[in-house]
Formats: sequence, structure tokens, C-alpha cells
Amino acid sequence: MSRSRLPLTESHEIFRASARRFFESECAPNQRVWEKDGGVPRAVWQRAGELGFLCPRVGENYGGFDADYLYSAIVAEEQARAGVVAPALSQSDIVAAHIAAYGSEMQKRALLPHIAAGTALGALAFRGHVTARREGQLYTLNGRTDFVVGGLDAHFVIVAAEAGDGKTLFVVETGKTEGLAKSKAIKKLGQAASGTVDLVFEDVRLPSASLLGEREELSAAQIAARLTEERLLAAAAAVATIERAIRITTEYVKERRAFKQRIIDFQNTRFRLAEAKTEAVALRIFLERCLREFLEGRLDASDVAALHYAAADRQCAIVDDCVQLHGGYGYILDYAVARMWTDGRLGKILACTDETVRDIVSVRA
Amino acid sequence: MIRSPHYTPKHEAFREAVRDFMAAEVVPYFAEWQAAGRTPRELWLKAGKAGMLCTKMSPAFGGGGGDLYHSLIIIEEQTRVGFNELTFYLHSDIIAPYIELYGTDEQKERFLPRMARGELVAAIAMTEPGAGSDLQAIRTTAVSDGNDYRLNGQKVFISNGQVGNLICVAAKTDPQAGGKGISLLLLETDGANGFVRGKNLNKIGCKAQDSSELFFEDVRVPPENLLGGVEGQGFPLLMQRLPEERLIMAMSAVANMEEAVKEAEAWLAVRGGIDGARAKLADCKIKAKIGRAFLEDAVDSFIEGTFDTTEGAMIKWWTTQRQNEVIDECVQMMSVDGYRMDNVVTRRFADSRLGRIAGGTNEIMKDLIGRSL
Repeated sequence: MSRSRLPLTESHEIFRASARRFFESECAPNQRVWEKDGGVPRAVWQRAGELGFLCPRVGENYGGFDADYLYSAIVAEEQARAGVVAPALSQSDIVAAHIAAYGSEMQKRALLPHIAAGTALGALAFRGHVTARREGQLYTLNGRTDFVVGGLDAHFVIVAAEAGDGKTLFVVETGKTEGLAKSKAIKKLGQAASGTVDLVFEDVRLPSASLLGEREELSAAQIAARLTEERLLAAAAAVATIERAIRITTEYVKERRAFKQRIIDFQNTRFRLAEAKTEAVALRIFLERCLREFLEGRLDASDVAALHYAAADRQCAIVDDCVQLHGGYGYILDYAVARMWTDGRLGKILACTDETVRDIVSVRA
Repeated sequence: MIRSPHYTPKHEAFREAVRDFMAAEVVPYFAEWQAAGRTPRELWLKAGKAGMLCTKMSPAFGGGGGDLYHSLIIIEEQTRVGFNELTFYLHSDIIAPYIELYGTDEQKERFLPRMARGELVAAIAMTEPGAGSDLQAIRTTAVSDGNDYRLNGQKVFISNGQVGNLICVAAKTDPQAGGKGISLLLLETDGANGFVRGKNLNKIGCKAQDSSELFFEDVRVPPENLLGGVEGQGFPLLMQRLPEERLIMAMSAVANMEEAVKEAEAWLAVRGGIDGARAKLADCKIKAKIGRAFLEDAVDSFIEGTFDTTEGAMIKWWTTQRQNEVIDECVQMMSVDGYRMDNVVTRRFADSRLGRIAGGTNEIMKDLIGRSL
């Protein structure tokens, strides 16, 4: 069942096995510690860099290995499969993709090898409102961006600012830029190790060399292209998370007993898990179709929006059911499903709101 | 259009022929048939002539020599025009294959060409008042009197129960043996003494589908009409065709939701929407998109020979469940217009409710999936 119809080679499988080992043995056991610390040790990022997980699609001369998109999807999927929330490796993939696609040669040389090695961390600051005013060769940025995931430890952020009619992207170093203030880490429902902050820009002056690609106004289509990649990774992670929740819960209900029988011997249990499993199969099939069409360059934006929304939405619903099937233990944060419930709720909010996705689908499909 | 490496221009050409047939021979009349509660025999003869029946049957018996896609195309196109209840698939894709795959040579010669021509319209009589999804509980018996079988019992919910003149009856040839005692008998109804057609049941939807009661009182069936010539084969035979039937139901469900969404969207464009209609519409489209991807993948698996019972149960449960959710939302979006039977969306709403019940209830589907956990 759910045989993969993706063009996966032996190299993909070797890469997958390596990612699985990394997440299972080097990340999963440390999640609680890193949550307590509010972040992931730098060495872990560098280790991920050594293993080639941070931006596999980037060209070899910039530190990547020119891999196809499936490698990025494998990282996202294996991370979710192991229940690893931090470090959020897909973030470096997406940040690097922006720079690789639109950056100037200088920006690529300055940033990509360090992103690939895990020595420079980037974050996307797209939410909120920042304006950029141009005076000669200088831009002045004012405003704030909210909820910058990974912003706490980031060495630089890509900021979307309003300049004239459209959005313009700037690369801003976070450590030594005057006028840029970073909030303390935001206390969130879950994902305590992801170092999420708000950024405030007060008369931040930037040279035109800080423009991503040293040009103004990336077209909406260009921004949408990166968003498609981001959505696909988020969906791959969501589907893997659903599968994990079902796996963990199925094991639990086979062991746990009530009223002299196993929980799985109640028809209600089997029905709910049967529904969840069917949803997982349907979503995986749709995910793989979208991945194939993406590789072939013919993925429709409304399809990826539909996939993203459905996967995030079902993830929350199914994990919620799994909490229920665990009974009281499902409410205890020592249990994986409780973590999945708090950590996973962000998926439905992030990358874009439900309503925006539904607009794309209802208008374009 | 079905996206698959196995789907060819030949299939698309067949689809054109099906569309023409629906437009010329079905659409102008189906309101009349719905009022009558059945389809007329002439439709079946015309369908036979136009190559709409037994599309997968070997040309040696007068069939079309096609594949699963031909069955899916017919169900998809009839659903598109809003005539969900047409039972060609039952005749062509469920019953004819029983005879072609499991019948004796003599039975194939005797029945198949007439089925392909539409002279024989087939029904399958499994369900009884006391045995629905639980087939092993049937009580109809076929006991030999030394020469012939004597068929006694009662069936219910039998589609083509009024129009059908070849009834494939599931009966116990060994009443003591449970599932292993079930055999299939081919009964030609013309001149069959003791065979009585009962009520044509008044259903929520699928109005032109003649789901009927059938009664058998000492009906004589000659031994050469025992399907395959061996007793006790009925139960496993009936199980073998189920995955394919579930794919056909899934195709109908997917096409039905897609059409209802298009129809509701067109209505909204003219009449303006209720609050939140766009979000509702998006939710419906998302379900339809996933449904189509799910179905097309399942069809590929079927053609490649890897499709199993669990997948059959999954696709049937998911698509028929989502179909009802989506069409219910479409009814809601269209306000009171969604409650008028002259609106095709309203009829889709009523017709599609059957999907969660027929072909094994969705609870049975979940039970099957649950066993694989």
C-alpha cells in the first residue's frame, strides 16, 4: 500500500537513512533539554551541515550538492517522522533557496557556504509591516515584523519591506545593524526550542547592496515560487507527522487495557484509527502527486495550497483524536502525542493563514 | 480525463462516444424515467447497439474488449449529466464478469452475447430482509429435487429488479453450510413460474433505479444454470468483484463532488454568496482534489495488480464520505435553491447518500481497514 510513485534512487535512500539516523539518535533524545534551554546548540547545526542536510539543492560551488527537491523533502519528512521540532532544518533550506534564486553573486558567496555548513543561520521576516524609503543609494527601514521563527539565533534575516508598489526583500544582519531591535524569545503554546522573536526596525539604514539580488521589487510570481517550495516541505512534514501519530497511537492502544480488553478491541478505536489511516494514505498520495508535478515544473499553485491546507488541517484533527485515544496520558506532556498537539498547532497558522490558502483555492482552482 | 500512464487517446475517444450517447439517449428522458421509477428496456437495447454495455467483455462474446477505464468513463459521464442511478455498471462490470470469468463455456455462449446486446438485462440478488452487508446470513435456498433446483426465498433492494430479465440469485444450495453453502444461480425470468416481482422501493434518491423486492416460490432452475457448474462457490466469487465495484463507486463519488462544486460555484457567480461561501467552496474543492488524486492512484494500483481489500475499503469510505460532506455544503451555499428537486445539486445530494450504504456500508469499510492496523 501507498507504494511511492516518486522518482527515488538509491542515493535518495542512502540520504534518507542518514537523515533518519541523525534525527533519531542526535536530535530526538535532546528535545526536552533544548526546549528548556530555549534553543539548539550551534554544534548541532554544524553537524547537520556536515551531513549535507541544510541546503542540499544549492550548487556545489556554494556548499550544497546540487540535489533535486526530493532531498529537501526527505529532510523535512525524516525530521517529522522522528518527532524532532528543533533544529528546524527546512528553514535553512528555504532561506538558502531565496538567496540562491535571487541573490547577487556577492550575496551567494558570502552567505550560502555558511548556511550549508551551519555556521550562519538565517530567518525569514515576512509577517508584519516594514516600509523602506529610498534616498540615493541608501534605504531606511521602519516598522516591525512579528513572529520570526528562528530569529533569536539568526545571524541574518530576509525582511520583506514595502517600497513603492510592491514588496522588496532585504538581507539584514541582526547582530550589528543599528536601529534593529530583537525581542526576547516569545513564549509559545509549543515549539519552545525554536527561538521565535519580534523584530523592530527604527530608522535602519541599509546600502542598496543589502537588497536581495541588489534589485527592487521582486515580482509576486517570484515570491510565490519560493512559497510553493515552503508549502511542499510543510506538507511533507505534516503528512509524516500524521503517520507518526497513527503509529504511536496504534502501538499504545494495543498495549493499554480497559474493561478487561485492549483499547484497540473497542470498535470506536478501530474506526477512528481506520479513518485516520485512510486520511494519511489519501494525503500521501496527493503529496506525492504534487511533488512529481513540482519536479516536472507543472505544479499548480492552487494544488499546493490545497495540499498544504488539507495536510495541516488533518494533522491537527488526527493528532487531536490520538490524544483522545490515549485518555488522560494524552494530556501529559511526557507523552509524544501531547507534544504533537501543542507543537503541531502552529502548522495550521504558519506559512500563511488558513483563510489565505482557502482564497487561493477558491479563486484559482 | 483520467491522469494515468495507462490512460490513452483511445479511452478519450470512447469518452466522446459516451458523452454523445448520454446527450442523445439519456438526458432528454431521464426525468421521465425518474417519475416511472425505472429505466425502459429500449434504453438497454440502444446502449447495446451503441457499445455502452459490457465494454470490458471479450469481443468473442460481443463485448467491447476494453478495460477498467471504460467502466469508469461511463460512470463518470453519467454522473456528470446528473444521472447517478444508471446501472449499466452493475450489468456490465459486476454481473457479466461473473459469467465470463467463472461461468461454464455453455453459459458464456448462452448469456454473454445477449447481455452485450442489451436483450438480457442483469440483476444480482444478494440482499435479503435479514441479510445486508452480512451476506452469509442469507436464507434463500436452492435445493435439488433430483432434476432441477427449487428456489425459495425473498430478496430486497435489488437494482434492476423491475427491468431485469436475468437474475443472478445468491442462494444456499447447502442450507447447513453457512458461507460455503452459497451458490449463484442464473435465472431467466421470462416464463419463470413462481417468480414474482414485489414492490419497487420508494427511495430517498436514485429515483430511476428500480430497487425492488423479489420473491421466489418453488422456482425451477435447471442445473446448467448453476454459475460455474459447481456448488458452494458463490461467496468467494461475490467477494472477488468487490474491490472493482468500490473503485466504480469512488469514481462516481469523485465526479459527483466535482460537478456539484462547479454547479454551486456557477450559481454563486450569478446570485452572490452567503457569508463565508468562498471558504466553504475552497474546502469543497480541496476535498475534490484529494479525492481525484486518491482515486487515480487507486486505479493505477488496480491496473498494476497491487490493489487490495484494504485499499478498496479506504477509497470507498473516503470518497463516499467526502462526497456527502461536499454536496451538503453545496446545498447550503445555494440556500433554498439547494432544496428544490429541479436543481441537479439537490438530486446529487439525495442520490449520493446511498454511497455510504451501498456496496458494503462505510462502517464495514472501517472495520476492514481497522483489521489492517
